[in-house]
Amino acid sequence: MPMTSKVFETFDAAVAGVPDGVTIMVPGFGGVGLPRNLLAALHRQGAKGMTGISNNAGGMGDQVDVGILVEAGRMKKMICAFTAATHPSRPTPFVTMYNNDEVDAELVPQGTLAERIRAAAFGIGAFYTPTSVGTELAEGKEHREMNGRTYVLEYPLHADYALIRAWRADTFGNLQFRLTQRNFNPIMAMAAKTTIVEVEDAIVPVGELDADKIHVPGIYVNRLVKIPPDGIWE
Amino acid sequence: MADKQRLDRQSMCDRLAMEFQDGWIVNLGVGMPTLCSNYVDPDKFIITHSENGVIGYGPIATEGNEDRHLVNAGGQFVTPGPLMSIVHHADSFGIIRGGMVDVTVMGAYEVSENGDFANWRIPTRKGGGIGGAMDLAACAKRVFIAMEHTQRDGSPRVLNRCKLPITAPGVVKMLVTDLGLFEITPDGFVLREHAPGWNPEEIQELTEAKLIIPDDLREFRFRDQG
Repeated sequence: MPMTSKVFETFDAAVAGVPDGVTIMVPGFGGVGLPRNLLAALHRQGAKGMTGISNNAGGMGDQVDVGILVEAGRMKKMICAFTAATHPSRPTPFVTMYNNDEVDAELVPQGTLAERIRAAAFGIGAFYTPTSVGTELAEGKEHREMNGRTYVLEYPLHADYALIRAWRADTFGNLQFRLTQRNFNPIMAMAAKTTIVEVEDAIVPVGELDADKIHVPGIYVNRLVKIPPDGIWE
Repeated sequence: MADKQRLDRQSMCDRLAMEFQDGWIVNLGVGMPTLCSNYVDPDKFIITHSENGVIGYGPIATEGNEDRHLVNAGGQFVTPGPLMSIVHHADSFGIIRGGMVDVTVMGAYEVSENGDFANWRIPTRKGGGIGGAMDLAACAKRVFIAMEHTQRDGSPRVLNRCKLPITAPGVVKMLVTDLGLFEITPDGFVLREHAPGWNPEEIQELTEAKLIIPDDLREFRFRDQG
């Protein structure tokens, strides 16, 4: 029996069924590996009341990133590693809204954020990390000393959807990333219930990618869209 | 007496980078610490690590030579290095949490004499900016800090105890400011080197923490001065 095609013609079709209130994971670091086309499509689609999991909650608003969903009031909460402006004179739209209590946020150290996502993907119930011990962020968390070192207990971060940006895919959804585009993409693709991918270079027939060079197996991937020449590249 | 000079940011970072040892894995934080990468000692083999999952990247890319998929922790385009490898974010912090990073260099608002430092939150403002700083601070083998010696109003940043919420307790090993190079030892806060024209009493006046002044205190030493 042939497999159901995962390849969608448009970003709008790929995000059409995303309901209100879902939790979405959005990768990207330093402007690289962000699913900008899928974010733009989700913005057009209109889902609201969402929780976002992302390293940051968007830039200054001059590029398409998760901030467009925040600014449009679609996010009720962001879970991220930055909730204050790098410089107080340059608040992002998210920081301004957070300061005005228009969006909620949970601040998580970046490595703990990554590991909480990985734990969700890998079926781990919780884990102990030394990060944040002795700081405000550890207050109220379970502490445990093991082999002379103190750790805090952290729980997984699950999501309904991950929006992913890959370099290359095959039609089954096996994914390859290029250089630091990889960042949060593999762990988010593996952690979410439904994973939707925008692909930069090509979606090739199955069998054309070297099985030894696949970063995310297609079993984690549900929908694929090739970025057209007039798509959002940067 | 010579004119009092304050080190510029590049000189501060050059001096810290001189402390990197052969074979070290080095993680440079966003902002001033990235200047450490401009200092190259041809006699040392240094391996760079950036939190977004790149090990062994090269210098900042010149204009026109950027690869749009290769950035450092600050989002700057960097060049590929010959031994470069790429991992995903959880693996990158596995490298950090697993204790592979020999030194991390960060900026800070405050450093205290017990090795605490603060660089993520101002309590009068909502929220904070942690990024990877807490993971690096808690798990790197050494934390080096580069910061201005005083606030804009002249009040000290080198304190008995940090006033701001700390990033990690007791981890700072070395501090460079525009006035001096300091080592935090079990005995206390040692002034190792001073900026040209400054004597230890003048630096102590701008420092809340009690400084230990060793007999071998010297002026800032740079490589070309031997």
